[in-house]
Amino acid sequence: MSGEVRVVVAVVLQTVVVVVAAPFLVGVLRQVRARWEGRVGQGLLQPWRDLVKLARKEPLQANGSTVVAWVAPVVVLGSGLLLAALVPTVTTAGPARLPADLFVVVSVLLVGTVALGLLGLDAGSAFGGMGSSRHLTIAALVEPTVLLAVYALSVPVGSTALGPIVEGRLADPGRVVAPAGVLAVVALAIAVVAETARIPVDNPSTHLELTMVHEAMVLESSGRDLAAVELGSWLRLSVLLALVANLVVPWGVATAGDGPGLPALAVGVVAVVVKTAVSGVLLATAEVFMAKLRLFRVPELLTGSFVLAFLAVTGSYVIG
Amino acid sequence: MSSGDASQAVAVLAGLELLTAVLLAWRGPASSPRGPLAVQGFALAGLVAVIGVAEGEPVLWLVALLVAVLKGVVLPTLVVRRPGRTARPDPARAAVARPVVRPAVVRGRSRVPLLLGAAGLVVVAYLAARPVARVVTGATGQALPVGFALVLVGFALLATGRRSQSQLVGFLVLDNGIATTAFLATGGVPLVVELGVSLDVLLVVLVLQVLGSRIDTAFGAGAPGGTDLDQLRELHD
Repeated sequence: MSGEVRVVVAVVLQTVVVVVAAPFLVGVLRQVRARWEGRVGQGLLQPWRDLVKLARKEPLQANGSTVVAWVAPVVVLGSGLLLAALVPTVTTAGPARLPADLFVVVSVLLVGTVALGLLGLDAGSAFGGMGSSRHLTIAALVEPTVLLAVYALSVPVGSTALGPIVEGRLADPGRVVAPAGVLAVVALAIAVVAETARIPVDNPSTHLELTMVHEAMVLESSGRDLAAVELGSWLRLSVLLALVANLVVPWGVATAGDGPGLPALAVGVVAVVVKTAVSGVLLATAEVFMAKLRLFRVPELLTGSFVLAFLAVTGSYVIG
Repeated sequence: MSSGDASQAVAVLAGLELLTAVLLAWRGPASSPRGPLAVQGFALAGLVAVIGVAEGEPVLWLVALLVAVLKGVVLPTLVVRRPGRTARPDPARAAVARPVVRPAVVRGRSRVPLLLGAAGLVVVAYLAARPVARVVTGATGQALPVGFALVLVGFALLATGRRSQSQLVGFLVLDNGIATTAFLATGGVPLVVELGVSLDVLLVVLVLQVLGSRIDTAFGAGAPGGTDLDQLRELHD
């Protein structure tokens, strides 16, 4: 197998693994939360069953909805799939034509965010509009943090591509505990929590109209469309969580070279599944002990994470 | 300890100091400043110890111990202590005194401007410290901007604090910044000097704490962190 083919195989495998595992990760999050609250829980398979059930159903559209209602779910799912292919989860190898560059990844994230926002606005319902407005406000505050945090991580490597950043941390573990790196990863973790609509920014299980953000936007979707939107959001959650896990614990990821071999890929799959599952358990556990922030307090949290990312950038020049 | 290890340790400890300064600016009105202040004090003590090892001066170990006890334990404890709560006002006077109406909830102001300002101050500190850092040789010069940043952030906290406690916190961050700059720039301060400075700081904090508790008793504030500036805007008898 030539290097080119190997890279393609690795990227396809990575995407498939993320797609298969994303609903399981959501199942883990819900199950851990249920156990902490003393409930039995619905089991790890339930998100998959929901997806299959929804995918079989015909989507219904509200009166007056436009073509956006058809296109937006596809765009959300597409951006999730593209993220799964681009972000180094199983392997740091990536297609040479479309590098997993900082700006590419953030813009793919933003395309999904905007599509979801438009979907909420499209039907013209009150809650959808409220959800979209909040969602885009949060997105506008989060994206600079993501950019700055990844930029701070890229300074010691000299490349803004995510693959080399993870490889650099693998090659030099001292960077994992360097102050600038720690600040940047903490800032990135807060940004990821906001980006994926988890507590304390948004409550993923609420259906209280006045507080929901993500749920408000998908209220009007049903059937296949809802399945696409849900899977797209879950993909984004799993990919970002796996990215943070890979930055904190870079060991096990299949490195690029001229294309990783099958044994390295197998190790990579096992490693990323374990890492993401552990970080999912930690995230769900942390969420149980937290309350959702008031919406007016969210900018403060996000400004804090922005300042941490900013300090990481200055710090990476000053104190290494 | 090689010079690479020393500069790595200095970087980690200086980063910790900077992080705690930002956390203190970020902190809500109800959360205690004790934890971040103590961490900052211990990081400063660690910095002194690392410099002591790198320069081979055993006296600095004593200084580090002094800093750890004073800035890691004593001062953070003093700041959160509220002597006003135990010292009850004279019951005869209290019966006559008009009850002070105060908001039931501690009103939190947005800390976004202060946080962004702190980020800006760090950049200013970096630019201001560059000429000084160029002169300092050894492993410590590169972390010098952190000392400057702590001084500036401490001033910002001191100037914007609305309660006696947050102003005290600003003062302590400022003092930690001065100490950090001194240790990093000179490669260690003599024990006598550090002892004198420490006693000064301790005395100032004690006096301010007594003053703050007097003000609390006079104006009847029960909110965490002491009397709000808003309550001092008008005359009371």
